[in-house]
Amino acid sequence: MILTLKKRSVLPGFGLALGWTLLYLCLMVLIPLSTILIKSASLSWAQFWDAVSSPRALASYRLSFGASLVAALINAVFGLLVAWILVRYRFPFRRIVDGLVDLPFALPTAVAGIVLTTLYSPNGWVGSRLTKVGIKVAYTPLGVMVALTFIGLPFVVRTVQPVLQDLDVGIEEAAHSLGANLWQTFRRVLLPELLPAWITGSTLAFARALGEYGSVVFIAGNMPMRTEITPLLIMTKLDQFDYAGASAIALVFLVASFSLLLLVNVIQRRQSSLPVLG
Amino acid sequence: MATTASPRILTAPRTKPRVRTDPALVRWALIAIGGVFLGLFLLLPLAAVFANAFAKGATAYMAALREPEAASAIRLTLLASAIAVCLNVVFGVAAAWAIARFDFTGKNLLITLIDVPFSVSPVISGMIFVLLFGAQGWFGSWLAARDLKIIFAVPELIPVMQALGGEEEEAAVTLGASGWKTFFRITLPNIKWGLLYGIILCNARAMGEFGAVSVVSGHIRGLTNTMPLYIEILYNDYQFVPAFAIASLLTLLAVVTLVAKSLVEWKTERQAAEHDSVTEEGL
Amino acid sequence: MSIEARNITKRFGDFAALKDVTLQIPAGELVALLGPSGSGKTTLLRVIAGLEFPDAGAVFFDGVETTERSVQDRGVGFVFQHYSLFRHMTVFENIAFGLRVKPRRERPANERIRARVNELLKLVQLDWLAARYPSQLSGGQRQRVALARALAVEPRVLLLDEPFGALDAKVRQELRRWLRRLHDEIHVTSLFVTHDQEEALEVADRVVVMNEGRIEQEGSPDQVYHQPANAFVYRFLGNLNLFSARVQDGKTYIGEPANGFVAQSDGHRPLVYVRPHLLNIERRPTSENHIPAWVKHINSAGSLVKVELATEQGERIQVEISHERYHEIDLKKDDAVFVSPRDMRVFADT
Repeated sequence: MILTLKKRSVLPGFGLALGWTLLYLCLMVLIPLSTILIKSASLSWAQFWDAVSSPRALASYRLSFGASLVAALINAVFGLLVAWILVRYRFPFRRIVDGLVDLPFALPTAVAGIVLTTLYSPNGWVGSRLTKVGIKVAYTPLGVMVALTFIGLPFVVRTVQPVLQDLDVGIEEAAHSLGANLWQTFRRVLLPELLPAWITGSTLAFARALGEYGSVVFIAGNMPMRTEITPLLIMTKLDQFDYAGASAIALVFLVASFSLLLLVNVIQRRQSSLPVLG
Repeated sequence: MATTASPRILTAPRTKPRVRTDPALVRWALIAIGGVFLGLFLLLPLAAVFANAFAKGATAYMAALREPEAASAIRLTLLASAIAVCLNVVFGVAAAWAIARFDFTGKNLLITLIDVPFSVSPVISGMIFVLLFGAQGWFGSWLAARDLKIIFAVPELIPVMQALGGEEEEAAVTLGASGWKTFFRITLPNIKWGLLYGIILCNARAMGEFGAVSVVSGHIRGLTNTMPLYIEILYNDYQFVPAFAIASLLTLLAVVTLVAKSLVEWKTERQAAEHDSVTEEGL
Repeated sequence: MSIEARNITKRFGDFAALKDVTLQIPAGELVALLGPSGSGKTTLLRVIAGLEFPDAGAVFFDGVETTERSVQDRGVGFVFQHYSLFRHMTVFENIAFGLRVKPRRERPANERIRARVNELLKLVQLDWLAARYPSQLSGGQRQRVALARALAVEPRVLLLDEPFGALDAKVRQELRRWLRRLHDEIHVTSLFVTHDQEEALEVADRVVVMNEGRIEQEGSPDQVYHQPANAFVYRFLGNLNLFSARVQDGKTYIGEPANGFVAQSDGHRPLVYVRPHLLNIERRPTSENHIPAWVKHINSAGSLVKVELATEQGERIQVEISHERYHEIDLKKDDAVFVSPRDMRVFADT
């Protein structure tokens, strides 16, 4: 067995548990992932580069990354705010609201897609009011951002909440007794404590938004060069049986996602090695 | 704890908020802003699903659900999800056991790998399946429905098992219980709530999966639709009421999932509190 | 600066933490609030600090009412039981914090801040740790940093909440003497909360004994120890033995009443309280006030010899005698002896 236990454990079942886990992982994750690599490898470098950097592909990267970034930023700000009020304040229906925060996570993306489109299209509840002010949401990059914000909502809230909950009341009282006002206490004492979790949550929201498909394709309008997200581009290439081209783009996209995951893990490791009072 | 790549049960709020003495103005201003944001992004969509589903009245709603195509979509979805959930439960418990109770080289790598499907775009996952299974028709779409759901059961279980500590199982082993016995009699009852939540969540995700399935079904002919695909077809056909009717079913499932989550949290807290108070009482 | 708390009442839900408490602390004194958990001592401290607001009553600093002022504006230095140091800031920054958050007009220049912080680090004897983080310090060091941090803003009053509660016994003793010396040097009015009577008696100028939201007694350590106002204070400040009382010719003796008990005017049975080191063990009774007892257990490892005896009724008596006395009477297990008090207090049975 390549994997050996670091310390001898009393509890039985290790071999079986690990074995089954590995088998499943191989089947469901590793092998499939490697096929992308293999398929892309069937292209020459030039073809690869063409597929990956065509104007249409570039436009889709711009949209996907750009809209995801904006959505992540919005969620960063409002997610922190929501976590703050849920943990620190009491108001009617607080519990219900708290449970509802996970809705974007539990709701199927197709449902999210059609409902957001209906809401924000020119004759929807929200869309109609916005058209009066001259803002078009559906079928524009703005619509993509709205959908991605929805999708990413729970991430920042849920990563920040437990940290906020477990904060030592004492440090706030200490700061107040030393004369700090609310803002100073927040900025100098609380924010540094929240920062790792906040960044993690925002990065997760970003990563999630990048890969999102279902909720975006309805509201985006999917016009190439304008409102076509990368996952859709991949879909389209598959439609045209350009498997290799699709794989190439997918590869680039995957590399980006993996880098983000890595980033998150690095931050988390730093967060857990942060000096803690014993 | 494993990475916080997906919201964990135990990371959700406790029952009592810590009441603060932030000035009332600040408090209510923040609550108001938060309220508007959440109202816009959460409540409105939720309400809209049902409003649109019943836009033509209850009869139209029921009729949409009784359509033969709707029925077969629902059937397929249920079947695929059931299979996905079963596989995932076994995998999930096995992985959670391995991760929470043992220390081994490569553990971190394993944890990262487990989180992968969560972060990969569903389209890419779907595409992988197309590449793998090419023109294998029904087999392909049947498989696709399962793939993405693989790992969702796992992350939910790991913190539960960690939180409960290994003492009980160790006690059982010292008393002579074999591996399986320990598992069934000690571990399982302890994690039952987390497990239940994992199952419900996994099921919800499975039934709602859209991206991966649409890639696969679109490119492997001879297919049946799952519910989310069917919704897309209806919507693109401008059949809004039927689309939202089916959507409302999935939305109800989502709400049930959320309620289940709250219940599980509550139970786990109570269990943990009892656990603590027992150990605190000491002599 | 003097502190006055007048008629403070504070409830938490159904629980009354403070019941109409009035206390005065003259400027420059080091006062201990002593009592068991739930006595209200921490609540009183926090009300004075401004971390809690009373339901009734008022707080005065130097005669000026501060009841409604927020803790930021009271100029108090607060030291927490679990230090509450800012863990992502160095020791230096922790201490400097109060100076850095002052409003622009009042904020000293950076050099002034640096000078003051270094001065304080020297005062608490931690100058060599300025660049470390709290997690790298021992408990005792952390508490000293917390103290320095509180002192940095030159508070008018220093409030400490069980400051040594989280420390090991030895460290606790060292720090408590150190606190006393510090106070002698800087003379800031200080109020500290503790449940350890030894600590209160050793460190404070005055001790305030609290129980169930009320003040039982205030006075110098000497006063509360030797002249306890009631049974609670007596009990709390040291070990004791309880004897039923026999009242004869107006004098009280320990031992079972001859024929039923003699009720006092308020109908309560009197009880005699005697500290273990104030009981004599004799082979033959030398006074009227004695009872027979049998030696059950002897522990001679310590500064005093601890003897446990049992009465005819099976009740236990704890006596502490010197090693000399122990050898003098050659005490052994199961010996039949007589126990008599050198000093005793009588309180009504409550």
